[in-house]
Amino acid sequence: MLDPQIILAGVLNGLLAGGIYVLVAVGLTLIYGVLHIINFAHGSLLMLAMYAVFFLWKLSGVDPYVALPIVTAGAFAIGFVLYRGVIGRWSHGKDENILLITLGVSIIADNGALLFFGGDTETIDVPYAGKIIELGAAFLPLPKVISCAAAIAICLGLGLFMARSDTGKAIRAVAKERQGARLVGIDVEHIFAVSYGIGIACLGAAACLLMPTFYVTPQSGYAFVLVAFTTVVLGGMGSFVGAAVGGFLIGITESIGGLLLGEQLGQIGISLIFILILLLRPTGLFGARA
Amino acid sequence: MAKKQKMPVSRRGFMAGSTALAGTMGFPLIGGAQPAGVKVGIIHPVTGFVAFAGSQGRFGATMAVEDINKAGGIKAMGGAKLDPLFGDSQSKVEVGVAEVEKMNEAGVAAYIGCYQSPVGIAASQAAAKYNTPFLIDVGASDLIVSRGLKNVFRIKPGFGVCVDQGIEALGAMNKAAGGVAKTAVIVHESGEFGTGTAKLLAGKLPGIGIAAKELIGHDNPTRNFDNIALRIRSSAPDIVMMSNYQNEYVLLARTLHQQKVNLAGMFSVLGGGFNYKFAKEQPEVSQYMMDTNHWYNPKSEKAQALKKRVEAAGKEFTFEVYLAYTVVGLLADALEHAGSADKEKLTAALASSTFKAELMPYGPTKFVNGQNEGAKAAVLQADKGDIKVIAPAEFAEMKPVFPKPKLG
Repeated sequence: MLDPQIILAGVLNGLLAGGIYVLVAVGLTLIYGVLHIINFAHGSLLMLAMYAVFFLWKLSGVDPYVALPIVTAGAFAIGFVLYRGVIGRWSHGKDENILLITLGVSIIADNGALLFFGGDTETIDVPYAGKIIELGAAFLPLPKVISCAAAIAICLGLGLFMARSDTGKAIRAVAKERQGARLVGIDVEHIFAVSYGIGIACLGAAACLLMPTFYVTPQSGYAFVLVAFTTVVLGGMGSFVGAAVGGFLIGITESIGGLLLGEQLGQIGISLIFILILLLRPTGLFGARA
Repeated sequence: MAKKQKMPVSRRGFMAGSTALAGTMGFPLIGGAQPAGVKVGIIHPVTGFVAFAGSQGRFGATMAVEDINKAGGIKAMGGAKLDPLFGDSQSKVEVGVAEVEKMNEAGVAAYIGCYQSPVGIAASQAAAKYNTPFLIDVGASDLIVSRGLKNVFRIKPGFGVCVDQGIEALGAMNKAAGGVAKTAVIVHESGEFGTGTAKLLAGKLPGIGIAAKELIGHDNPTRNFDNIALRIRSSAPDIVMMSNYQNEYVLLARTLHQQKVNLAGMFSVLGGGFNYKFAKEQPEVSQYMMDTNHWYNPKSEKAQALKKRVEAAGKEFTFEVYLAYTVVGLLADALEHAGSADKEKLTAALASSTFKAELMPYGPTKFVNGQNEGAKAAVLQADKGDIKVIAPAEFAEMKPVFPKPKLG
């Protein structure tokens, strides 16, 4: 039997990991909620954002946290242009085309990264990487505490933006009823591009928060995106609150499962949640009925 | 008066043209006399989760092929050039096997590969159907050479030998340090390589007075090692032993350092991420970490020259590079002795090979059941962003630092 202190430390570790899952999942759920498509390029775009953070640090010495506004804005611009120039233009309004295009984007991004950046493991060595906060048996790495707090702050900010701003209201209107939104004069195509841009901007922010403690390779985005898909299903497709709650739940489940069952079997908990949600509540914890 | 007709082509022009024409016409005849190239299938995972290691292997093999061809090819075959066919296993077993089949259709005389043990096991089994020699450049599992396949040759040591050497060195260090280390936790990836190495380590540690407290397996990829660090701290071992591929190796080392897990030492056998880049980019994390791994002979001039060439090309001098380079040299040597690309003759030449792998700290090759008996690993330690050999003594560049100083 494990010491309760260790269990508590495991829960805290799970919460810290969950912060990043939330941020990646929020982007995915926003894109699904508005465009009604699964963005297959999500992992690849996260990987590209991680490379952007890495190269900013390596070539110009820009700290990942300082790079956050730059990379987030850059990711938004890339997402916006990607939708306007590629996804929206070539999909001809068909969802299945969007799926195939995002899949194509991911294949090009992965292989492009391999070609230009190589397959080596790239890491960032920041002076605060070794700083820890002691909390009982838990030794919480400072960068992970910062990343979790920042992820929560970004999600809250995004929630406020969606609730209060005109663009946010337009996004919600398009998500709810695109034809109606069009009738009241909302430029739906523009909102699609903005939503896609915001979804990718979340990845930009996640990349900045991840890099002080993680590594980047052309495959590293997938390590997070599969969890993000589970998070979105758990929380409810298109639900912001669902993505936030789901991310933390998945983080804690993974952590406690790992402690009790071993790291390999610990992953079973995530799959079990996924299956149970699909069986008992297919709309997810906070998802609306179709 | 008849006008003097102008010659359309001058005499000199005609001569020059004729010479050129004769040269051009004659060239294919000379070319036709050239011996046919020897097709070699070179399979590595150049995409997928171990793409870096695979591309390093391909780079080393390419350099060796170019060097051999530039030096006149296979002399016993009239200067036949090596003709490499490159395959990508994509880090997947089934794709590696498909590459073998495809290359067999293309008529390869031998295969080289595959970095990952499971891919090497399956791919060499597929090559055995065609009696085609399969030379393992990297592949740690001893299952590769224990299936009785006559076509498989491995020049490097397997994890069995590496574990023995590592344990012996660790035992000696621990004894010299007054037996400070009494317990160990082993963290390994859950595939054939990590699990096999971990089991061997756990079985042999008690022989040097160290008990294996716990074996912790993990998947590839693993996003987070915080909980493993937590478990390690709660069991408070003196040593952590690691057996994993590059990404997880680096992430685990960083996590243990970040979480201030105090240990007498961190020791790996065939640590996938223990290389110059890791030592240079993470000097604090890597400081005094130890690994038993394939390493070039630091006293070999040829190895030092190759290191310079590789680094000048903007690449890292990792074991994948010089092992692939060495294995291509072994194949060329066997072709010289066989005097032909005939598979039976080539297999026989490999089986009786006494190739001197100058880059490596090995003696002449002596294959017993496909394993080079003279192969040995080196025990290494990271020191101030560099990597030094600490054992065997004849190649050592520094004395080991054990136990390592406590983290602040």
